[in-house]
Amino acid sequence: MSRFLLNQRLVEEQLPAGTVMLDVIRRRRGLTGTKDVCREGDCGACQVLLGKRQAGGLRYQAVNACLLPLGAVDGGHVVTVEGLNGERLNPIQQALVDNGAIQCGFCTPGLVMALTGFFLNSPASDEHAAVDAAAGNLCRCTGYAGIRRAINQLCRRFDLSGSPLARRIEDLVHWQILPPYFLTADETLAALPLHQAAPSPDAVRVAGGTDLFVQKLAWLQAQPLDFLPASGDGIRREGRDGIVDATTTIEQLRTSPLFRQWFPSAAQDFELICSAPVRARATVGGNLVNASPIADLAVFFLALDARLVIASATRLRTVALKDFFQGYKKTDLQPGERVREIRFDTAAAQHFSYEKVSKRTHLDIAGVNSALSIEQADGRIVKARLAAGGIGPVPAYLAATGACLQGKTIEPATVLEAVEIAQGEITPISDIRGSAEYKRLLLRQLIFAHFLKLFPDTIRWEQLHAR
Amino acid sequence: MHANDTDLHAQGASTFIDDMPEPAGLLHACPVVSGIAHGLIESIDLNDALACPGVVAILLARDIPGCNNIGNVEAGEVLLAEQEVVYQGQPVAVVVAESDAVARRAAGLVRICYKELPAVFDARAAHAQGLHIAPPRIFSLGDVDQAWKDCDVIVEGSAVSGAQEHVYLETQVAVAYPLENEGLKVFSATQSPGMVQRVIARVLDCAMNRVEVDVLRLGGAFGGKEEQATGWAAMAALAAGRLQKPVKIRMNQGEDMRWTGKRHPYDSDFKIGLDKTGRILAYEVCFYQNAGAVADLSLAILERTLFHAGNSYFIPNVRATAISCRTHLPPNTAFRGFGGPQAMFALEAAIFKAAAAMHVDPAHIQRRNLLQEGQPFPYGMPAENCRAQRCWQQLHDRFDLPRRQQAIDNFNAGHSLEKKALALMPICFGISFTATFLNQASALVHVYADGSVSVSCGAVEMGQGVKEKIRHVAARTLGIDKARIKVESTNTARIANMSPTAASVGSDLNGQATLLACQRILQGLKTVAARLAGGEPEQISIEQEQVCLDGRPTATGWNKLVSEAYLSRTPLSAHAHYATPKVFFDRSTERGRPFAYHVYGCAAVEVAVDCLRGTYRVTDVSIVHDGGRSLAPDIDRGQVEGGVVQGLGWMTLEEVRHDGQGRLLTDSLTAYKIPDLYFAPDIAVEFLDGDNPAAVMHSKAVGEPPLMYGIGGYFALVKAIRAFNPDWQPGFSAPMTPEKVLLALYECGC
Ligand SMILES: Cc1cc2nc3c(=O)[nH]c(=O)nc-3n(C[C@H](O)[C@H](O)[C@H](O)COP(=O)(O)OP(=O)(O)OC[C@H]3O[C@@H](n4cnc5c(N)ncnc54)[C@H](O)[C@@H]3O)c2cc1C
Ligand code: FES
Ligand code: FES
Repeated sequence: MSRFLLNQRLVEEQLPAGTVMLDVIRRRRGLTGTKDVCREGDCGACQVLLGKRQAGGLRYQAVNACLLPLGAVDGGHVVTVEGLNGERLNPIQQALVDNGAIQCGFCTPGLVMALTGFFLNSPASDEHAAVDAAAGNLCRCTGYAGIRRAINQLCRRFDLSGSPLARRIEDLVHWQILPPYFLTADETLAALPLHQAAPSPDAVRVAGGTDLFVQKLAWLQAQPLDFLPASGDGIRREGRDGIVDATTTIEQLRTSPLFRQWFPSAAQDFELICSAPVRARATVGGNLVNASPIADLAVFFLALDARLVIASATRLRTVALKDFFQGYKKTDLQPGERVREIRFDTAAAQHFSYEKVSKRTHLDIAGVNSALSIEQADGRIVKARLAAGGIGPVPAYLAATGACLQGKTIEPATVLEAVEIAQGEITPISDIRGSAEYKRLLLRQLIFAHFLKLFPDTIRWEQLHAR
Repeated sequence: MHANDTDLHAQGASTFIDDMPEPAGLLHACPVVSGIAHGLIESIDLNDALACPGVVAILLARDIPGCNNIGNVEAGEVLLAEQEVVYQGQPVAVVVAESDAVARRAAGLVRICYKELPAVFDARAAHAQGLHIAPPRIFSLGDVDQAWKDCDVIVEGSAVSGAQEHVYLETQVAVAYPLENEGLKVFSATQSPGMVQRVIARVLDCAMNRVEVDVLRLGGAFGGKEEQATGWAAMAALAAGRLQKPVKIRMNQGEDMRWTGKRHPYDSDFKIGLDKTGRILAYEVCFYQNAGAVADLSLAILERTLFHAGNSYFIPNVRATAISCRTHLPPNTAFRGFGGPQAMFALEAAIFKAAAAMHVDPAHIQRRNLLQEGQPFPYGMPAENCRAQRCWQQLHDRFDLPRRQQAIDNFNAGHSLEKKALALMPICFGISFTATFLNQASALVHVYADGSVSVSCGAVEMGQGVKEKIRHVAARTLGIDKARIKVESTNTARIANMSPTAASVGSDLNGQATLLACQRILQGLKTVAARLAGGEPEQISIEQEQVCLDGRPTATGWNKLVSEAYLSRTPLSAHAHYATPKVFFDRSTERGRPFAYHVYGCAAVEVAVDCLRGTYRVTDVSIVHDGGRSLAPDIDRGQVEGGVVQGLGWMTLEEVRHDGQGRLLTDSLTAYKIPDLYFAPDIAVEFLDGDNPAAVMHSKAVGEPPLMYGIGGYFALVKAIRAFNPDWQPGFSAPMTPEKVLLALYECGC
């Protein structure tokens, strides 16, 4: 049984924990403002807010209800567009109406939720951040121009930088972006008895569910599920090691100040992974265990030569990520095991570059992605690790290329040699993400891009590109 | 007070069909579709499916009481396949069950054995095998064969534009309710309620008056629900009629993508000849249209391709041939632009290639040949009220194009790994259904005793804002506040024989009919008002809800007037019919005046290409659009913005892919990419206003034309690629995906 606050009402649901909230909301509860379109996290029409209790009170995030299992909302607050409506349009709704952001209206409620999520979480009224928050909402009618105008107007009207997160809900209620019942939601939830049934050992592990509920929705209905607890602050340092809890969400990773210290461009790079509402649920561990050949974080961590700490009921073991992937969607994970954390040597972050190219820049699976880490001394490469996705059955650690780079001077000839060797290490196939020929060319270009970015003074385009 | 639709949408309070409460006993239908592209059905085994708990019935072609035909053109447009299947996804049976999930599962258990037959998926291959929907059509003007010898430059080539998935967010859906006396009420997400009604009556072999079709609104359509909503509604009706239970049918996204048609892919050969000043003397083009398996709207679309073969240019000698080729894909169908975009893409490719041969910018040729007043289109109609030159000029002046081009040149000179480019795209689009008989509409207006007003007409709201425009027409005609006016659902019991809401003419036709109906009521009201105010009806007007005598307000307001009219037994309801005057077309000579008027415009599309990665951004689109006197400027702006981005999507990201067996590979939003918020360029639109006696209150249709501005995006990308790799000869194959861009950037000298 799941108990949660649905808009203003405490509800109990006896449905299987694997029922997706979209069905609970629309079909069972008749709240039809939440729309049912792709059921794969790709359109955002089903977005709702999910509030979870934390030390400082409820923290909300816009998430896609089509990938949100009922079991994951236990003890939380689920808000649909109906739960935001007041007597008049709220300022977000009004801005969308006033700026021509609405035509057929099918995408609109989801968009309202996404923008509300932005207001609940963003430290500042930064337009780019608002665009990122709403970029998981597809609209086929408006061409987005009206949506951009609405975002611009809202960001100018409300200054979030003066509203600390601890006081954010009060401020949003004051601005009438949220209805007043949000002020007491935490209290209402605090009164809920917590029940925690121990999961059966053979239960399916659900982290964010963003892969499971796309792939295996029907099957999951009849399975016992083990919902892995969310990570609080799952990124830390131990000596030279950087450690990331497996249940850290991609969004937590992206916005972690510590992670940003190691990888200054990660915040931007990871905007290219999923969309904000998916990143809010999808975990790092899930991305790795998924073992998709284009998994962005797999490629990222491979280039750091990361290790996984894997736990079973009886023991802990460590495995190198590059040995973890064993074949197409096959990993070294044994029944009953779970990935606990990812560890890497922060020295590998010294010179680090991540590249991803997909058909659509955002919210798209990579055609090819790649990461390179280089440790260097006096213009010589001490250690180099190159990884790439989309060019074989698994996210690939290009060992020979890395080995060849070792000890070389950083100069154009070295780059060209690396490119040659890398071509021998990959086995791309033609599919809807591109022809094999394209993927080979693209990987070459991405390797060029790594070096051009990391060593702009020593490597110049003209030297790599002889016509 | 009646709220705008947009307010309801913002609150999630607007009702779409899937939002309607489900009645007790509702059954769910799911089609069983062909798993092969072409073959003969040898056997159908229903046993496992029927054994599924919750399955109520499975219907086959033999269960159709009436005629197994849902099209307008040929016998092969069946609701359910009988002996032969002609595309993957073609419905063969309908499973009806107590739940959606059971229906789907059982549909998967129906086993069909086929004898497979050869299939073809490519238009030219079909043509080579003589597979056509109809004989070719040819439009010609002047004498092309003679003209070549006067040309200084002649280039030939081919142009390919791909399919496009509609991606209306609301998938295909219908619910049918059985009524007493063998009646049916059907809620269908269709642009053509009249056609849905007619086809259901045909399939069920009953009179049209037994079938009431109602449409409140659609969650997007773009042409994809003009013809292709009909089959699903007919299946629901068939099941509801037989089982006497309400039946719902609703596609999920993947099914919708796999089972319905798309924008037609075209493969075209062109030859263009110019004099050395850049004047186009002759243009010859042959369009091979990939129609898919059955006719659907392909021939009408093909015809519009011919109408727009010359786009916004005057070409004295033209021969345009169009061939609709039958392949084994789901029937391709209407999509915003309706064959026009494909024609314009081919011509722009020809111009681009000629420009390259002449070492001039394509804009030089574009400008030199823009249509002028009175010059004929290739179907004989002269350009009237021609705005081609004005749009072009105003675009250059208002958006400072010469300076922007200079800035781009400077940028490119200073950057080796990023290139920018700007391309221009003039458009000219004919407004009217090219099937002349469809250019009619009717409206039914009631003024209630409390002064509120109800308007019914044949226009379906799908996000294009037609209801708002109709409210505007009614409010202005009656002289009252828009808040008093409600536009009802589109319903065949109130409006008979309605044309589809399509061809951009929804508000033109239905607005005119509404205007006429309001005028009729107004006439009666004026007589009453004249009595009250002591004057003649001719001296009366109603302005801002007040009766005016000779333009001066009297004491009588709208409410009082209406109540007096009611008490004095004056009619407060009126029905009116409108037929667009002066349109005709003679297919034996391919000459006529098929359009009430044309819409013009010009866009400048600017792009930036990352030449290291092959990725790109469309950064800016500046537009001068010929808008007439807009009924609702904000709505029109939205139509332009939305159309442009859809057109850019078609030209850049949106790639429909099949495997070698005709199975759709891009059958989800994961695989098929439409523009997102990040992709969206800055769009600046300036409207050229002016009179347009040919449409309601001097407005102009706006739905389709802006899509074609997106074509400029393709050519801007080609220019940017050539700034990096001047040796590259474009093959003119759209969409220009990042893959094609990267391959082009690094293809040397071939
Ligand atoms: C719309 C959309 C867009 C996407 N775009 C991208 C993209 O651009 N780039 C990209 O790389 N990925 C993308 N993904 C994939 C996404 O990153 C993964 O779905 C996500 O990371 C999986 O994490 P999760 O926590 O949701 O996993 P879940 O779905 O919960 O689990 C996935 C699998 O991993 C197992 N599992 C999860 N955590 C653990 C653990 N700690 N120990 C053992 N087993 C575990 C589960 O049992 C399950 O088998 C996209 C997904 C969606 C829906
Ligand atoms: S329905 Fe599309 S993201 Fe959920
Ligand atoms: S308004 Fe129709 S999808 Fe956005």
